[in-house]
Amino acid sequence: MAAIKTLLIANRGEIAVRIIRAARELGIRTVQAYSAADANSLAVKLADVAVNIGPPQASKSYLAIDAILAAACESQADAVHPGYGFLAENADFADAVEAAGLIFVGPPGSVIRLMGDKAAAREIAAKAGVPTVPGSDGRIDAPEEAREVASRLGYPVMIKAAAGGGGRGIRIVNDRAELDRLAPQASAEAKAAFGDGGLYLEKVIERARHIEVQVLGDGRDVVHLFERECSLQRRRQKLWEEAPAADLPDQIRARLCACAVQLARAVSYRGAGTLEFLYDETTRDFYFIEMNTRIQVEHPVTEFITGVDLVREMIKIAGGEPLVLRQADIRCVGHSIECRINAEDPAKGFMPCPGIVSGLRVPGGPGVRFDSMLYAGYAVPPFYDSLIGKLIVWDESRAAAIARLARALGEFEIEGLQTTIGLHQALARDADVRALRFDTSFLERWLETNVSHLT
Amino acid sequence: MANKQIVSPLPGTFYRRPTPDTPPFKAEGDSIAAGDTIGLVEVMKSFHAIQAQFGGKIVKFLIDNEEPIMAGQPIADVED
Repeated sequence: MAAIKTLLIANRGEIAVRIIRAARELGIRTVQAYSAADANSLAVKLADVAVNIGPPQASKSYLAIDAILAAACESQADAVHPGYGFLAENADFADAVEAAGLIFVGPPGSVIRLMGDKAAAREIAAKAGVPTVPGSDGRIDAPEEAREVASRLGYPVMIKAAAGGGGRGIRIVNDRAELDRLAPQASAEAKAAFGDGGLYLEKVIERARHIEVQVLGDGRDVVHLFERECSLQRRRQKLWEEAPAADLPDQIRARLCACAVQLARAVSYRGAGTLEFLYDETTRDFYFIEMNTRIQVEHPVTEFITGVDLVREMIKIAGGEPLVLRQADIRCVGHSIECRINAEDPAKGFMPCPGIVSGLRVPGGPGVRFDSMLYAGYAVPPFYDSLIGKLIVWDESRAAAIARLARALGEFEIEGLQTTIGLHQALARDADVRALRFDTSFLERWLETNVSHLT
Repeated sequence: MANKQIVSPLPGTFYRRPTPDTPPFKAEGDSIAAGDTIGLVEVMKSFHAIQAQFGGKIVKFLIDNEEPIMAGQPIADVED
C-alpha cells in the first residue's frame, strides 16, 4: 500500500484542525470537506484545499456519503479521515471509501460493523477471556426472553439497543412492570434510529467508574497506551477526562490493559481504538462495555502522558506502515486532564449558545494545550455539536495537574458566548474531584447542588 | 389576511414534525391557540419546541421542514 499523499478530512470543528496539523507534519496535502455553514471555519482556512459538500444540515453534508466521495475524487485525495462522530463509525462509509479505491483512516468496515453490534462485541470479548457486564448472551427479540434474563441478572437492569452507541437510547428498569413497559419502546426507538430493533440487557453496575484503554493496531500487532478516567459525565456525555486513572492499583491496570490488547488482537485491529470498561472500586472488578473504532475526543490526555501523537500514528498505519511502537517503549509519565469547553450555559440547564466569539484569550505556559477551531470574530454555527475546544494540561502529579488546570482556566476568556469554563473552575476546586471521589453519576448529583453557584 | 408572524427565538434547523415518521405538528389552514407547538428548532443537537405566542389560523409556513433558520426569522404567517 502506497503512503498517503492527499488526505480528505470528512469532519469539522476542532478535530478537523487536529487532523490537518498531523497530516501537514507528515508532508501530506490536506483537503477539507465543508458545509455551507463552515465556509469561514478554521479548518477551511488552514487546509491546502477546501471543497463545499452541501448545505448546513449534517444529513446533507457531513453525513452525505456520495457528496464526500465526489469531493475526494474532485480533489484527487487518496485517503479519507473520518474524525469522530458523523461517519466515523459507519461501516458502509468505510466500505464505500475502499470501494472507491481510497484509503479509509481506520479499521476495515467489517471490524467497525462487528464492534458496532454491541451484542456481537460482548460475545467476542467473552471468547477472548475479557470480563463483560453480566447480561443477555446476545440479542433479545422476544419479551418472555427479556423477562427471564432480567430476573436471572437481578434488577435494576439496563436495556440497550444492539445497534446503538454514544449512550443514546439506554433505559434503566427497576422491575418487571417497567421492563414490560419500556422494552417495546426501546425496540421501536432503536428500529427508528438505527434500523434495527434488536435489544440486549445488562446488569446495572452501581457506583461504577468509566475507565477506557487506548490501543493502536496495524492489523497484525496491537499495543495499549494506558487508560483514561472519564467518569465525570452529564447525560452520558463526558465533560472532564484524565490519564491515567491515578488511583488504579498497578496489578489491576496491568490486567485491564492486557484485556484491551487481547480483545483488539481478537479482531486484528487496525488504527486507533478505545475499549471502554466499567470499574467497580469496591470489588476491583472491571467489565468491558464497548469499543469505539475511531479517534476519541479525549485522545490528547493519552498523548500527554505517553508522548505519542495518536493522530499521526493512525495516518501512518492507514498508509501501510507497520506499527513501530513497542509495548516496552510506551511509558506513562505524569498526569493529564482535559476539560471540554462547550458553547453551553451550565446555569441554564446547559442551554446551547451559538454566536460570535467577540474576544478570545487562550491560556498558555508550560504543560498547557488548547485544541480548538476558535478565533476572534468566528461565528459558532448552531447546526452541530456544542464542543468548541478542549483545554488539556499535563504535570508531574495529579495534584500538580489540577493546580495547573486552575491556573490555566483563570487565564481563559471567551467573549460573546456562554461556556463551560466556569463549571470546570468549580470542579477543579471541588474537594471530591480533587480526592478522586467520584463515579459516573457524581456530576449530575453535583450539578443539582451546585448549579446555583455557577452564574 | 395574514397580520401576524410566528418567529423563531433560536437559530438552528427547523422541523415541522416531532419525528421523521409522524405527521407535522400543524398544517396550513389549521387553527392554533397560544401555547401550541408548531415546530422544533434543533440547536447544537438539542431540540426546542417552538410555541405560538397567540392564537389564530396558520395561513402559510414561510420555511420548509429541515431548513436552516436564524434567530428572529419568521416561521409562519397567522391571521386572527
